[in-house]
Amino acid sequence: MAGFRLYLLQRITAMIMAPLVILHLGVMIFAIQGGLDSAEILSRTQGSFFWGTSYGLFVLAVSIHAAIGIRVVLFEWASFRGVLLNIISWLVFVVLITMGARAVYAVVA
Amino acid sequence: MIIKPHRGQPLWIAFLLHRISGLGLAIFLPFHFYLLGLALEQTETMDGLLRWSDYPLVKFAEFGLVFLLAVHMFGGLRLLALEFLPWSNRQKTLAASAVAISFLLALGFLMRAV
Repeated sequence: MAGFRLYLLQRITAMIMAPLVILHLGVMIFAIQGGLDSAEILSRTQGSFFWGTSYGLFVLAVSIHAAIGIRVVLFEWASFRGVLLNIISWLVFVVLITMGARAVYAVVA
Repeated sequence: MIIKPHRGQPLWIAFLLHRISGLGLAIFLPFHFYLLGLALEQTETMDGLLRWSDYPLVKFAEFGLVFLLAVHMFGGLRLLALEFLPWSNRQKTLAASAVAISFLLALGFLMRAV
């Protein structure tokens, strides 16, 4: 049953992301001091296994979570159904995971 | 006759806030990823965009984003607890706490940013 699997996947990705969001909020609040520039960001992230795996996992989880979330909103608020709903959900997932993976690679590699 | 008595109730507002914050974050993500992706070969463009954050209006927008992220997470934790843990009667208190903590965190971010 696809609906139940998506429901579970939404909860599992949420549980994975909760500690990552707390980490991300901490980074934002502490890293912002003195303004942000690319050198500051890269000095923290480049070559870091920790940031690479943390944010890699974050991107994977958020791509799934956002795709399912948008799917639910389109179903409930815009009456999208069937193939169209599937196509849009997959499209959201693919765009986010592609752009997200590229972003992580750009700041870590 | 349309009667929708649940609308306007605190926990309905919490539902709406969770949905709108989620949508807002999903819309923001591609821009966020695009900016970071510039680190690959266009750091000058990236720094140019990052300098936007010197504008007070952009700082305020960032405050909004931090609030959206925090309130979506804390509100989501309430939903996970509601679904997977024994029932608690304090749902309104928990929802209000999620909003309050998120506002304080976002304010903390803004204080560091200005």
